[in-house]
Amino acid sequence: MPNSATAGGFLLVLAIVLPVVGVLLSLAVGGRHAERIALTLMPAGLVVAVAIAAVVWRTHNVLQYFVGSWDPPLGVAFRADGLSAAMILTTALLICGIGLFARAQFPSPREVETRAPLVFWTLLLAVWGALNAVFIGGDLFNLYVALELLTFAAVPLVCLDGRAETLAAALRYLLFALFGSILYLLGAVLLYGAYGTLDIVLLSRSIRAGPVAWAAISLMTAGLLAKAALYPFHLWLPPAHAGAPAPASAILSGLVVKAPFFLVVRLWFDVMPGLAERAAAQVLGILGATAILFGSVVALRQVRLKLLIAYSTVAQIGYLFLMFPLAVRLETGHPWSTAAWTGGVLQAISHAFAKAAMFMAAGLIAEALGHDRISGLAGIGRALPITVFAFALAGLSLMGLPPSGGFVAKAMLLTAAVAAGQWWWALVVLAGGLLAGGYVFLVLARALADSYEPLTLFATVSRRRQAVVVAVALCAVLLGFVPLRPSELLQIGRPDIVIGGLK
Amino acid sequence: MSAVTLYGLCGAILVGMGLFGLIVHPEPLRKILAFNLIGGGVFLLFGAVARRGAAAGFGGDPVPQALVITGIVVAFSATALAVALLLRLFQEIGRATLRSDG
Amino acid sequence: MAARDTFAAVVSFVAYGLLLALVWVRLAAPDVALTEAAIGSGVTGGLLLAASTRLRRTETPAAREKPGATLRLAAAILCTLASAGLAAIVLLLPEPAPTLAPQAAANLAATGLGNPVTAVLMAYRAIDTLLETVVLLLALVGTWSLAPDRFWGGSPGPRHHADPDGVLTFVAQLLVPIGILVGIHIFWVGSVAPGGEFQGATILAAMWILAMMAGLVGAPSVSRRWLRLVLVAGPAVFISIGLAGFAMASAFLAYPESHPKLLILTIEVPVTLSIATTLALLVAGPPERGAQQ
Repeated sequence: MPNSATAGGFLLVLAIVLPVVGVLLSLAVGGRHAERIALTLMPAGLVVAVAIAAVVWRTHNVLQYFVGSWDPPLGVAFRADGLSAAMILTTALLICGIGLFARAQFPSPREVETRAPLVFWTLLLAVWGALNAVFIGGDLFNLYVALELLTFAAVPLVCLDGRAETLAAALRYLLFALFGSILYLLGAVLLYGAYGTLDIVLLSRSIRAGPVAWAAISLMTAGLLAKAALYPFHLWLPPAHAGAPAPASAILSGLVVKAPFFLVVRLWFDVMPGLAERAAAQVLGILGATAILFGSVVALRQVRLKLLIAYSTVAQIGYLFLMFPLAVRLETGHPWSTAAWTGGVLQAISHAFAKAAMFMAAGLIAEALGHDRISGLAGIGRALPITVFAFALAGLSLMGLPPSGGFVAKAMLLTAAVAAGQWWWALVVLAGGLLAGGYVFLVLARALADSYEPLTLFATVSRRRQAVVVAVALCAVLLGFVPLRPSELLQIGRPDIVIGGLK
Repeated sequence: MSAVTLYGLCGAILVGMGLFGLIVHPEPLRKILAFNLIGGGVFLLFGAVARRGAAAGFGGDPVPQALVITGIVVAFSATALAVALLLRLFQEIGRATLRSDG
Repeated sequence: MAARDTFAAVVSFVAYGLLLALVWVRLAAPDVALTEAAIGSGVTGGLLLAASTRLRRTETPAAREKPGATLRLAAAILCTLASAGLAAIVLLLPEPAPTLAPQAAANLAATGLGNPVTAVLMAYRAIDTLLETVVLLLALVGTWSLAPDRFWGGSPGPRHHADPDGVLTFVAQLLVPIGILVGIHIFWVGSVAPGGEFQGATILAAMWILAMMAGLVGAPSVSRRWLRLVLVAGPAVFISIGLAGFAMASAFLAYPESHPKLLILTIEVPVTLSIATTLALLVAGPPERGAQQ
């Protein structure tokens, strides 16, 4: 892998530095300008993200940068392969959408700095920077610091409104996240003790199957699963994501919870390629399947809309981990493994857009009605048709109906499962889709019903905000036009994969 | 058994003790203490790894030592945030507990 | 009694931290020993003591939540197995141990430093240190965000009045100037000997906390411009010099071959001040008094 030209490396550095500079500026200059600083940086960050994707696509190679010109193992490397580029682009787009949506909810105060706008915009930028740091980090300890950055940026967003339930939810989230971090660090210690480096590429060359490597990877994976709220570590997620303000829930469910999943992928496919035992991958798959079924069933029983959407997140995260039993052992070139890889990643990306749109739509509905009880949604379909339309579009992706990114993702996972002979995953995917259809239609049916008395709206919701929500939901739908075969962009940097073979 | 192995084993024991405290104590403040214990154990393990890597005239491998320093600072800031959350929760509901029965 | 249990636990925690610092000296890691003594037991101990005092009233109801004997037994077995497994892994680590010490030593001259740990923190893995300063800052923002809206812009913690005859005031008046000198010295000497910005910053923070508790200085209001600038200065200078590295030395956070130590010191001074301020304010907590009080 060549050490990239400075121009490419500059882009990687900017991806982290731009949001961090935004955080520093907002704090220094004062909370009255935080919103403006954030909205100025968003297009710049989007340009950087597109540029990174363009460079990776053009060179068809991993974009690598050694920070400070120190070579690993002594120094730290940034690496952006196709997967990183896709995630960085998704993050930039989603942050822009959420930023535009949140302008009305956290406007800049006129005279004196107030708490909520400063904290929200600063932490939104911090989440952005931390996510980018996770997606391009090439060193396991650097990734630990990035994960802590992400946790500290995300936790205060949960309790932004200061109510007791959200404070408790934030504390529980923090405790689970700290538990995850400490397990991750313990695994990293063992890896350094055995191999003398924490650089991902160098580790992949020296790592050998043995108790030390297995113990380290298990510990790190367990820690990351706790952060990703995979069953049975999911307890913290529903109250936290339901209690946060709508734009914060959107980024939390959309991307913050995907970062640990991204790291599990890095661990299993980059740090120890070919070492994963089938049994271990099946365990991840079983946990994922349990999450899908459990999360969907509990979602059906929810009374509040935001809690339903949060449990839906618990379920949809399960799909991500179905990727492991189907894509492990890539070097043997099983053709379905590339389909599983693409399916899993596409699920992560399309769910990010769809779930963010759903939370934002639920936020608008709650603002308009003054509550988010599902039983009281009647009539909102007439009052906020665009919002309910956006909710329905997002629901397409969750259910796995065409056209949507979710459909492509689930179809790839289905194909891979059948081709690999592991047909039980296919059953789970189908069941999950049916259950998702259940809870999406539950909401839509109530929303489109006529209310018995005329609906009094607490607040008017601007068209522009509703349009932003539809735009984000449309991103999930547009991903459905991705061709139904393994994606070339996502394969960049995975030399051991056989492309094609599945028509 | 060398001193280094001894401290490494101490680290392992600390991790176990901290884990026990984490599981057994329901009060969040005790859990925070337990986290610090586990963290101390992990850092001790790192320290043993560093001591094993003594070479080139240094008493220990400086890279893990630097990582431990970073880790100690990050662990403190996590403790501070958790304590602040806990105190604020206590101010709101009068109890320092995560039980949702009230 | 349960109320004294947590207090005793915290005091034991402080003692354990000091014991750990001694262990670090035995492990030939004096920089870590300084950090552990200062942060691990000093500042963290102060934070936890203050918290346990404020939470004292809650102890008795929570004692009813204690889990049953079966859970304790199961947890004890699980944790013993975990410790044993971890110990076994530690014993299985390869000999001779892989190490980066030779590489660190070989490149030390290029950084102009004499302390290899400082070289790792400020040169080889400077990006980790940079991100860490941002992590600290975010923890502070998160802590501040917990304040009720009406207290925003105010000062943290209850108002402490200086008691001119009190022991605390006397000790503080004596210790704080000495502590500040010690902190500055430990920071300054860190480029060639054990010490550095984190250790020095913690000592400075501890002195500020002592001065605040004794009422010698008031806790600053969180919206003051100078406070915000001091907090931000460290990471800001770090990033600026890092970006300048593109022009001067062809990479982010690279130092030019001539006078790298000067640049590192230029970064370290504001970083030390920022970290000291952040640590002190983290212990002080979210604003609890309005801006007018």
